[in-house]
Amino acid sequence: MSETCIIIGASHAAAQLAPSLRQEGWAGLIIVIGDEPYAPYQRPPLSKTYLQGEKGVDDLLIRHQEAYAKHGIELRLGERVEAIDRESKTVTLQNGDVLYYDKLALCTGARVRKVSLPGADLEGIHYLRNIDDVNHIKAHVGEQKNAVIVGGGYIGLETAAVLNKLGMQVTVLEMASRVLARVTAPEVSEFYERVHAEEGVNIQTGIAVSGFEGAKRVMRVVCADGSHYPADLVVIGVGVLPNTELAEAADLATDDGILVDSYTKTADPDIVAVGDCTMHPSELYGYVRLESVPNAMEQAKSAAATLCGKQKPYTALPWFWSDQYDLKLQIAGLNRGYDQVVIRGDRQGSRSFAAFYLQEGRLLAVDCVNRPQEFMLSKRLITQQIQIDVAKLVDDTKSFKELVSA
Amino acid sequence: MPTINFILHDGQKVAVEAYEGSSVMHGAMDGMVEGIVAECGGACSCATCQVYVDEAWMEKVGPACEIEQEMLGVAPNVQPNSRLSCQVEVTDELDGLVVHVPAEQY
Repeated sequence: MSETCIIIGASHAAAQLAPSLRQEGWAGLIIVIGDEPYAPYQRPPLSKTYLQGEKGVDDLLIRHQEAYAKHGIELRLGERVEAIDRESKTVTLQNGDVLYYDKLALCTGARVRKVSLPGADLEGIHYLRNIDDVNHIKAHVGEQKNAVIVGGGYIGLETAAVLNKLGMQVTVLEMASRVLARVTAPEVSEFYERVHAEEGVNIQTGIAVSGFEGAKRVMRVVCADGSHYPADLVVIGVGVLPNTELAEAADLATDDGILVDSYTKTADPDIVAVGDCTMHPSELYGYVRLESVPNAMEQAKSAAATLCGKQKPYTALPWFWSDQYDLKLQIAGLNRGYDQVVIRGDRQGSRSFAAFYLQEGRLLAVDCVNRPQEFMLSKRLITQQIQIDVAKLVDDTKSFKELVSA
Repeated sequence: MPTINFILHDGQKVAVEAYEGSSVMHGAMDGMVEGIVAECGGACSCATCQVYVDEAWMEKVGPACEIEQEMLGVAPNVQPNSRLSCQVEVTDELDGLVVHVPAEQY
């Protein structure tokens, strides 16, 4: 009898894992179960081109729906897994269906962190993670109307940039003393604060939101210092939490993510986990949980091999991107533990520079704004773990390619 | 629907019917073409969807934009006929397009 692999979560990870399984030789059934009504789609454009209206749902699909059927991959959309029984090797769906698996992949992703402030359930207050979230946000977009973004992370800033372009009066409220505090150096935060100000977005830092007011719909956002901001639309972007509940209930180890090894294996030999929901080892950075499409895709390839009885360790360098206005930010590596930041280019007067993060003279990570060459070449420098000549890094009179090969 | 022909590095040919207005990369995704990674999903940010455009099609496909050229300037295994397939729009004119897929995208 043919074997069955069930993939929980119709995510980026699933969209890569299912075809990779075929490429690795999996001949049996592949069933992808997702609780949204859509085939796996790109999430990064949600806060960018999709919100902007440049892209529609069809453009977001990683693969068109019929492509899955062609490769014998069954999508069960709009269905939710309620429980995993590792003894009987079954999953139980919300509608009561019980499905048997030989191999199981947890690609459950992450969900938004919600705030529990007074008025947080008023109409017009939204989070941003799914297509439907953005469709709801779009319904409130209007020129000259007021939008308040709670949280100055990437999602908040990307959303602010788009709503600003769409003609809204945008305010960003960030609790920390600077935007992007969790992910970048102060130099980069300052740059983004400058550009947003130049574009007309009002960024307030060091400010704590204490609640939302309005009769049925939100009308204003109130802060702990007594200030308040008028709002026709509120978008909250204060981070995500990994979806680990199914794994926990099935007695699989979790620690801010489902624990896996570099082959994406959990403690159960028949279960792998892939993507944002995993806490996994990284060669350069120790154990990490990444919110990252490339990570989900690379882990998925490793998982496909594992499920087919082969060994392909996951060793890819983490990288990320963010598009705001005319800024293409590309980030290579993770900057945790850096002891030095050096800047190449004019971050105060231009919109093109790179911030290199070093630890004991070796490159850990780089944030590149409109610097694709620095980004591409730094990936190699980071992986090589060699001592870097800082004077060379900052010499913007020579092309980076020349410096690196010299 | 225009057909895009992907020639894999081992010589195998995969013909994919692609939606007009979508990208050649998207066609590769639908066809599950091995060797097109497309990590950034078409944002011109990763250079993992590189293809070599068949000489006969170079003119119709046209040149890369500035940011794509910069990415290609430092991507591995680049040739004069390299393009990032996410930046090539599928049109009627490109029906029958032939592109070659590099052995690896890193």
